[in-house]
Amino acid sequence: MQKLDINGTVHQVDVDPDMPLLWVLRDVLGLTGTKYGCGMALCGACTVHLDGVATRSCVLPIGGVSGRRITTIEGVSQSPAGRKVQAAWAALDVPQCGYCQSGQIMSAAALISSNHAPSDADIDGAMSGNLCRCGIYSRIRAAIHRAAADAGESS
Amino acid sequence: MSARRLREVSRRDFLRGAGGAAGGLIVGFTVPAATRWGAMAARAAAPAAPAAPAAGPQLPPAAQAAEVNAFVKIDPTGVVTLVMHKSEMGQGVYTGLVQLLAEELECDLRRVRIETAPVAAVYNNPVFPLQFTGGSMSISTSWNPLRLAGAAARTLLIEAAAQRWRVAPESCRAEQGCVYGPNGRKTDFGRLAIAAGKLPPPDPKALRLKPSSEFKVIGRSIQRVEIAGKIDGSGKFGLDMHLPGMLRAVLARPPALGSTLKSLDDTAARAVRGVVTVITLSAGVAVVAQNTHAARKGRDALIIDWQPGPGAALDTERLRLDYQTLAATEAPVIARNDGDVGPLLRDRAHRQLDALYEVPFLAHAPMEPLNCVADWRPDRCDVWTGTQMQSLDQAAAAEVAGLRADQVFIHTLLLGGGFGRRASPVSDFVRESVALSKRIAKPVQVVWTREDDMRGGWYRPQWANRLRAALGPDGRPAAWQHTVVGQSIVAGTVMQGMALKGIDPTSVEGAQDLPYAIPNVRVGLHSTTAPVKVLWWRSVGHSNTAFAVESFIDECAAAGIDPMAYRRALLSERQPRHRTVLELLAQKSGWTDPPAAGRGRGLAIHESFGSVVGEVAEVSMEDGRPRVHRVIAVIDCGTAVNPHMIAGQMESAINYGLSAALYGEITFADGRQAQANFDTYPVVRIGEAPVVETYVVPSAEPPSGVGEPGLPPIAPAVANAIFALTRKRARRLPLIRDGKFTA
Repeated sequence: MQKLDINGTVHQVDVDPDMPLLWVLRDVLGLTGTKYGCGMALCGACTVHLDGVATRSCVLPIGGVSGRRITTIEGVSQSPAGRKVQAAWAALDVPQCGYCQSGQIMSAAALISSNHAPSDADIDGAMSGNLCRCGIYSRIRAAIHRAAADAGESS
Repeated sequence: MSARRLREVSRRDFLRGAGGAAGGLIVGFTVPAATRWGAMAARAAAPAAPAAPAAGPQLPPAAQAAEVNAFVKIDPTGVVTLVMHKSEMGQGVYTGLVQLLAEELECDLRRVRIETAPVAAVYNNPVFPLQFTGGSMSISTSWNPLRLAGAAARTLLIEAAAQRWRVAPESCRAEQGCVYGPNGRKTDFGRLAIAAGKLPPPDPKALRLKPSSEFKVIGRSIQRVEIAGKIDGSGKFGLDMHLPGMLRAVLARPPALGSTLKSLDDTAARAVRGVVTVITLSAGVAVVAQNTHAARKGRDALIIDWQPGPGAALDTERLRLDYQTLAATEAPVIARNDGDVGPLLRDRAHRQLDALYEVPFLAHAPMEPLNCVADWRPDRCDVWTGTQMQSLDQAAAAEVAGLRADQVFIHTLLLGGGFGRRASPVSDFVRESVALSKRIAKPVQVVWTREDDMRGGWYRPQWANRLRAALGPDGRPAAWQHTVVGQSIVAGTVMQGMALKGIDPTSVEGAQDLPYAIPNVRVGLHSTTAPVKVLWWRSVGHSNTAFAVESFIDECAAAGIDPMAYRRALLSERQPRHRTVLELLAQKSGWTDPPAAGRGRGLAIHESFGSVVGEVAEVSMEDGRPRVHRVIAVIDCGTAVNPHMIAGQMESAINYGLSAALYGEITFADGRQAQANFDTYPVVRIGEAPVVETYVVPSAEPPSGVGEPGLPPIAPAVANAIFALTRKRARRLPLIRDGKFTA
């Protein structure tokens, strides 16, 4: 039995410690907002926050996350940065198919919570691990700038 | 299928009346049994069948079996439900179709709900008699039906209000979900729905559709209607489906083309915690488990000996050489033959150009790997998946399930990208799930790992093109010959009726309809056979032919003539849309100004799916590799229903096409793919994505395709830009192989 702190709620799960957090979230806890894309930390669809840091959950065995604070897309609106990013995503109508968007939003929220005025290069650095096959990168970039501007104004 | 053909689907084809029901107003359409095409007719609905939920295990059979299938329902609370017969895979079809309906219905956009349609002939595409989403024709084929449905419903609502107020209907109007009458009278659609549902259907001849000058919703960049679930994680994609008691399965699939199971030792797999059983299917060995992780672990523990099959020798490098040899020979079938190219192509007085263009097999690699949930019972089977091809999936599932088609219920969830892969003529991902559920008599989700998805077959064909031209003294081609070599996508599938006289139109589209005014044109085809399964991939044949044609026309121009001016001179008055696109493109790209230092500019223009798109790419070379900085795109897609979505689809198609142009290839050696995941099949990431500026040609013509037409021009535009910069002509895709650019 393992305790997991997810979005401020403690869950107890009885699974092998080698099970990646992604599958615990999706198959065991029913938190399906976090997506499976590659299983090798190549695409970023599974991005969550581990103690506030963007982390690929598909290669993260849950044996190592006890006592750590996990935030998923379902809980990202609990933070100001998460809310700003979601609001910017809505304002600029960013998503297309939407499948990569949870991961994009999690990476973006982690970025602007630590960097209130990210440059394009900062965005490239923080977001290069998140693939989008719909190719809507310019809207993602614009939304991050907008979210950061909003975050700056209210901080 | 051309937009011109689509535009012939007129209102008389489908509307015979509208009607209602006790539960509110339903505007339905039926297909007369004798009519093969989707000639739709609206008629009075029988008492409303219970609304079918978009997803969920309790769907009542009656909702799907109902004789009359609704497109539009208005309930007494005023909620307008659009029964959605198209799949949302990012292209914005939910939003676009809502706009078509709302323009005529005059409803409040905030009160429109989407309900995904069951499988029924009424939802078939009017061009191909199947319920599917593809070919960039959802908007064009819905343009009249949905606006007429909206107009019919509005007419009935106004009629109901007029009767209630005892005024003439002509004195009333609808706006924002309300009907307004004389002397300040006003009531909302909800209060009128039941009365309107009891009225006889309106005479369709009396329905007048708005001219474009009166559009209020069409032409506006309204927000994506399903956006909320795509921002907060609640949107349900196929992979997110869950049923009580559902198991998850991963299959060990044949590692080489055509190989089959020789021996299996599943002892270790069955010992993995969470593994429930191991079942051998024709598609592979399924490890069924409590969760996906256990299923994957179990699969890794299988010990399997595979028997090599007929594809075990496939080598794409050898296939390439075979195609080169074929390209040098006379094509057995001719798709177009204007004049006589023969003498000119042998005439020494003409400058002779001869070039070979090659493109590889490509995987679709949607972000959401393939997956499907099936729940087989002795008397019904439910399937939940993200699919583009509901009709064929239903038929395939019925066959595997041993049930009638009307006992199979396909529930369409959101698609995490489609790009053609989810429009399978054989419904591979559906069949195996149904087979497995039937074997274990439990609901099961089959999950394709990324590697399964990438190696699971069904690729864009590998193609070779030989282009020859004889240039006259004016530098213009007097003769043009294009020989296409590659596998047919439709051959051997249920779609093979599309091929006429041995010519699969998807093999020669974009070559056969060469737009340039050249007196002698010959387009030939070698349809090859290879053990690789091939499928439509965003823009289908155009993804190949545009690269060949638009690169070669640049080669023709290269003798000192500006490629923009050269194309313009070759586009006659019979190509007004091309000329307009080119003109706008020249203006918006600043074509006549020299590009920034170190940058080259390349141009391509191509018509596909009824739309004409021109693109200018600005490219530099960095560390010996091309980098695309900026793409100016101009599209003529008729009426622009939602400019934001159109710009989004252009950017999407450009980045999807750029990923393929720069990196994309599936190669085989000994029947095995070298690529498996995004490390070996790289795609464009945020730092490499160009800035895309889209301009839409103003037009009041009916809408044409948007999802695919942005793709074909990008590869040749980039290759032409590289030539402009380096004088090196890239005639083979991808441009970057083994990390290096090679021309």
